[in-house]
Amino acid sequence: MENSTIRIVLAKLGLDGHDRGIKVVARILRDAGMEVIYLGIRQTTDDIIAAIEQEDADAIGLSMHNAGHLTLAPALLAALEKAGLTTPVIIGGIIPDQDVAQLTTDGVAAVLGPGAPAEEVVAAVRQAVNQ
Amino acid sequence: MSGALDLPQLVALASEGNRRAVGRLLSVVEQGGALADTVTSLTHQKPSAHVVGFTGAPGAGKSTLIGQLVHHLCQQNQAPAVLAVDPSSPLTGGAILGDRIRMDHLNAGQAFIRSAATRGHQGGLALSVPGSMRVFSAAGYHPVIIETVGVGQVEVDVAAAADTTVVVVNPGWGDAVQANKSGLLEVADIFVINKADRPGAQDTRRDLELMLELSHVSGQEDPTGYRPPIIMATATTGDGIAETWTAITLHLQHLKNTGQLEARRQARIRYEVLSRIEQKLQIAAKNALTAETITTNTSPAKLAQQIVNQLLA
Repeated sequence: MENSTIRIVLAKLGLDGHDRGIKVVARILRDAGMEVIYLGIRQTTDDIIAAIEQEDADAIGLSMHNAGHLTLAPALLAALEKAGLTTPVIIGGIIPDQDVAQLTTDGVAAVLGPGAPAEEVVAAVRQAVNQ
Repeated sequence: MSGALDLPQLVALASEGNRRAVGRLLSVVEQGGALADTVTSLTHQKPSAHVVGFTGAPGAGKSTLIGQLVHHLCQQNQAPAVLAVDPSSPLTGGAILGDRIRMDHLNAGQAFIRSAATRGHQGGLALSVPGSMRVFSAAGYHPVIIETVGVGQVEVDVAAAADTTVVVVNPGWGDAVQANKSGLLEVADIFVINKADRPGAQDTRRDLELMLELSHVSGQEDPTGYRPPIIMATATTGDGIAETWTAITLHLQHLKNTGQLEARRQARIRYEVLSRIEQKLQIAAKNALTAETITTNTSPAKLAQQIVNQLLA
């Protein structure tokens, strides 16, 4: 739906409890006028798929600080595809530069590193949703 | 989300248990406007589920309590739905909807949890909440639970949409004088004292009992003899959850036995119709009130009357 409020699900996937960054991002997106559905830490792919369906979300923001991004992100993308969902996935956190290309090839819409300014975070979400 | 919306098809899919269709319909209802009205027309004749409202101060433990209740109901093979309402920012329109954190890992059961923002616009929630309740009812969810922070108009709108209203309080929330102030406590059909493992829970219980006694003295008690029960609960451990559910079912039974269920639902429709009329009139009034009609010399009272006359002419 055009002109409707962007609804984004934010979560940490797997065994990863570093949630300071994702809480900052939640606030940035809220202040940009979005509705942020915050799932918190230690979510499974099933948790995220259920939330996407029930919340009719426009995008997923994953925060990853456990070096599991090359395993967990493709797992989520596969689960989305299996569920027939085309919801874009944006990843933030600690992602080594050399892994960004791989994630993008796998189908991640955007990768945001530490210190990404608020405008960049908001723009990445808007662009992913409108594509 | 892509593609044109085939609303009758979405409603048909939702009633077959398609969750994504339910999710989509809820978005249409929340968005408001002509499409939301169409969803209302497609769903309003389906029988309503038992609608249970939970309200109380921020941090009272409503989400945790509801999460446990949903878990309890899923174990009994029921399919509860939850509409968890959080406030939108009046400045940016954004919102952080954080109730799912307290209702974790419930996707194994038949439950459906939806987070909604108040979206600020006039009468918005008063219109979208009954619409969302109808979507859940049409999709076969039962019971349907609404959660709101118990402050101001939002809580009144939600109490108007519910068959049973549960008010959640905590030990140390206030004394007998607080309990007799107007507001939240007057709309309660059931009280839950959550965090009852903390000191002061029995004092809180006594204060609520006293308040209910005074309703009797002042003639404000329920004419059918119903007295709101007070449940002691500790949501984090699951204590009091089964008792809360029993109290909710007993209240529904009471509403049915006394014919109050029909009366409440009629009042609910009346409230929704009035809210819709208000919204339409307000839009018309805003359109009529252009910048040119307002000067510093204008009498606000006269101008308002002029515009009302003009609208009703």
